[in-house]
Amino acid sequence: MATKKFMYLNRRSSFGTVYAIESLEVVLIAAAFEQDVSLAFMDDGVYQIVEGQETDGIGMKNFSKTFHALGDYDINKLYVSKESLEERGLSESDLMPLVYEDEDDDWEEKPSIRVVTNDELKAIMSEQDVCLSF
Amino acid sequence: MAQICGAEVDEEGFLVDLKDWNEDICKQMAADDEVELTEEHWDVINFLREYFEEYQIAPAVRVLTKAIAKRMGKDKGNSKYLYSLFPYGPGKQGCRFAGLPKPTGCI
Repeated sequence: MATKKFMYLNRRSSFGTVYAIESLEVVLIAAAFEQDVSLAFMDDGVYQIVEGQETDGIGMKNFSKTFHALGDYDINKLYVSKESLEERGLSESDLMPLVYEDEDDDWEEKPSIRVVTNDELKAIMSEQDVCLSF
Repeated sequence: MAQICGAEVDEEGFLVDLKDWNEDICKQMAADDEVELTEEHWDVINFLREYFEEYQIAPAVRVLTKAIAKRMGKDKGNSKYLYSLFPYGPGKQGCRFAGLPKPTGCI
């Protein structure tokens, strides 16, 4: 089977709707089929990968922890909109330190998050075979 | 709904409430599958439980194999070894024994 480039675009915050957790589920399924998978976070979607989420008070599963497993699934391209971060008073240091181990570089840990401008994100999107928006 | 040691399980034998898990349930599931649990099985079961605690997901077999290789060495981190322990699949059967949900993407 030929590999396709899949991008999952996340535009909503983690809780309140099922979009964020459903997107992550689909991402993991796609990864199991060894496709070229990338994620993009823009608008309120950037909140999904903010460090220090705590869900005990709302009785929901804290699936933000699952983002740390993405590296094991060979998903290491997480694009984050610079503009969306700035509009919310956030910076890259507010995000979880998501990393992957580079098989081709003696398993060195490398960051998976790449903060990009909306123009850069637009260009990356146009290279995809499939772009799914959540 | 079916039960194992008083805990509810779904139609495929996975625990409905992960908090119900204990070693007796695990042993009963293994006995029902005619698997005799050894220390090697417990190593994988405990690993799966730790993985779930950390990441909130049951790992896909590919990911499990890689992670076990890293933690316990290549002689254990390969599918032949893991399938010898869990003949119905280290993902599916192993996760069930460990009280985890069915791995995402597992059909």
